[in-house]
Amino acid sequence: MKKNKRAIFAVPYVGWMALFVVTPIIMVVIYAFSTAGGGFTLENFMDMGTYASVFARSFWLALLATAICLLIGYPAAYFISKEGPRFQRIAMMLIMLPMWMNFLLRTYSWMSVLENNGLLNRFFAAIGLFDLINQVTGSSLAYFTMINTQGAVVLGMVYNYLPFMILPIYSVIEKMDNSLVEAARDLGAGPARVFRKVILPLSLPGVLSGVTMVFVPSVSTFAISRLLGGGTQMMLGDLIEQQFLGGAYNPHLGAAIALVMMVIVVACMVVMNHFGEGEEQAVML
Amino acid sequence: MSKKLISLADCCVAFDGELVLDHINLYFNDSEFLTLLGPSGCGKTTTLRIIGGFLTPTSGEVLFDGVRINDIPPNLRQINTVFQRYALFPHLNVFENVAFGLRVPKTETVNGRKRKVKVPEEEIRERVLEMLEVVSLKGFENRRITELSGGQQQRVAIARALVNRPKVLLLDEPLGALDLRLRKDMQSELKRIQQQLGITFIYVTHDQEEALAMSDTIVVMDQGKIQQIGTPEDIYNEPKNAFVADFIGESNILDGVMHEDFVVEFFNRKFKCLDKGFAPMEPVDVVIRPEDIDIVPAEKGQLRGTVASVTFKGVHYDTIVDFKGFKWLIQTTDFHPEGETIGIILNPDDIHIMRKSQYSGMFGDYSSYSEEYDELEDVSLLEEDGEGGDEEE
Repeated sequence: MKKNKRAIFAVPYVGWMALFVVTPIIMVVIYAFSTAGGGFTLENFMDMGTYASVFARSFWLALLATAICLLIGYPAAYFISKEGPRFQRIAMMLIMLPMWMNFLLRTYSWMSVLENNGLLNRFFAAIGLFDLINQVTGSSLAYFTMINTQGAVVLGMVYNYLPFMILPIYSVIEKMDNSLVEAARDLGAGPARVFRKVILPLSLPGVLSGVTMVFVPSVSTFAISRLLGGGTQMMLGDLIEQQFLGGAYNPHLGAAIALVMMVIVVACMVVMNHFGEGEEQAVML
Repeated sequence: MSKKLISLADCCVAFDGELVLDHINLYFNDSEFLTLLGPSGCGKTTTLRIIGGFLTPTSGEVLFDGVRINDIPPNLRQINTVFQRYALFPHLNVFENVAFGLRVPKTETVNGRKRKVKVPEEEIRERVLEMLEVVSLKGFENRRITELSGGQQQRVAIARALVNRPKVLLLDEPLGALDLRLRKDMQSELKRIQQQLGITFIYVTHDQEEALAMSDTIVVMDQGKIQQIGTPEDIYNEPKNAFVADFIGESNILDGVMHEDFVVEFFNRKFKCLDKGFAPMEPVDVVIRPEDIDIVPAEKGQLRGTVASVTFKGVHYDTIVDFKGFKWLIQTTDFHPEGETIGIILNPDDIHIMRKSQYSGMFGDYSSYSEEYDELEDVSLLEEDGEGGDEEE
């Protein structure tokens, strides 16, 4: 019975989980299926059709950000892992460095970079870029509109979540046994084939957890879309926040939206994990 | 009859200015079973990596069928390798592991134009199944690698290499991770496969027993140099220096002086021997194998000594005998208790004479005899692998 005695150490965590994770989920479910008066209803879900465009935008932007992170993150992780240990340490530190700073602060600083009279536009003006364009095309351009666009929101997501893509991929590739690469070469495969048939499939678990760790926070973000999208790019996070704290106060609708979002995200993860089945277990959030 | 398939001409390898291979000249005949034997760090794995193409020699030439292949990458060599810890692909099943090499499109030159040729799927299937049968793994093709035992993984690794019909198979301590029983089985299995397919096997090991049992030719290496090349019998019976004598089997090695042809003196006594060609009064190393020594009653012996310790080894007793302070190992089936005074008789063909070398005086005294040497060997072997990985460019 030794085993059971030790299990006592798990009690605080299990208790915490039950109290602050499971209970809220149950409450969200209850709220989503009830009216203000407390009766059962499906109306909250019926109402959601109005917000289809918000759903679409959220998933589209999150998908875009995830894809860009993957495109940048995989090669970065791959080439870092091929360098010497000293370079690897420094590179990893540089990747983690921004995470030591407050998330909001980082996003605010992007605002001052992207604003109409922000750093970038002032830089362009200083080098005479706008004058040049205006001369050539006859327009009267004074700045590029960068803030409050979808591009800015995606940029904010990529900037904030890129480390979460690089780290899991890096750790998988870095641990890969080099003799597998040698074995593939030995069996006649050229460098491209080695990558396609050995390195890529074996790094898939890292890719899956990277995708999860970027996609999930991206799809539910409200700070990035608020600050860099300026309210023009409403996403699910903003919508839910409005229902709980904003003028459109309706926690039942908010709970219903949160529930639907959760179901879609979980469904995506399950499908993706199935896709990667047979590989090492992907780290799920 | 046999021809040179691979030659290493004056090959040197240096890591960080340290010479790991020191002017190696070596050739490998077609369809022979050749073993590179030596302690860890002797350069045997480095030699294998040069042949496999994972390492380019700092100087010297590697020739395959007379063509220089120094700069040919491993994927374009007609050589396959069985790696030390198998290096099987964990994401593929047994069939796909074995089929890996066959699925690589080969570049063929037809009418002066290069084009990629794929092996047809039926042929792949046929050859993989055939090879799995050769290594006695029929019916395992859909198994996952992680579901296999060490011995089965070993067989998959061999099949994966051999299915490509290489001219040469390199084996890097392939039996190191297996238990003793399985090792013995795999030894005869490997020998059988080599004879059945008639291709060259280049085998790297630090296990002298394994080398003696399997090889046509043994190359003994130490400190990046070749110490001796020969058949197992040559190496065992006529070791060239104290290192070889000590590394292959057990040996008592004493200082002696050659008086004239066929007469050697040690322990202040002249003995008849079968060696000649030494300068008069040349100092030499004398090797006497522990199993060649006959124990007789003390008064009948040429030399007299006291039994210092006895260890039962199953087939025989390891008897350590003290002759005037020098301890000999004698292997005998007769039991002689500690403290007994015994005599020994040495016949001329029990005495092997070697020239003095840098190894003289380092081995062959059993004063501190123990199994430590063997254990050290296994530990340092693991360290060597780690290095091997880092050295990859």
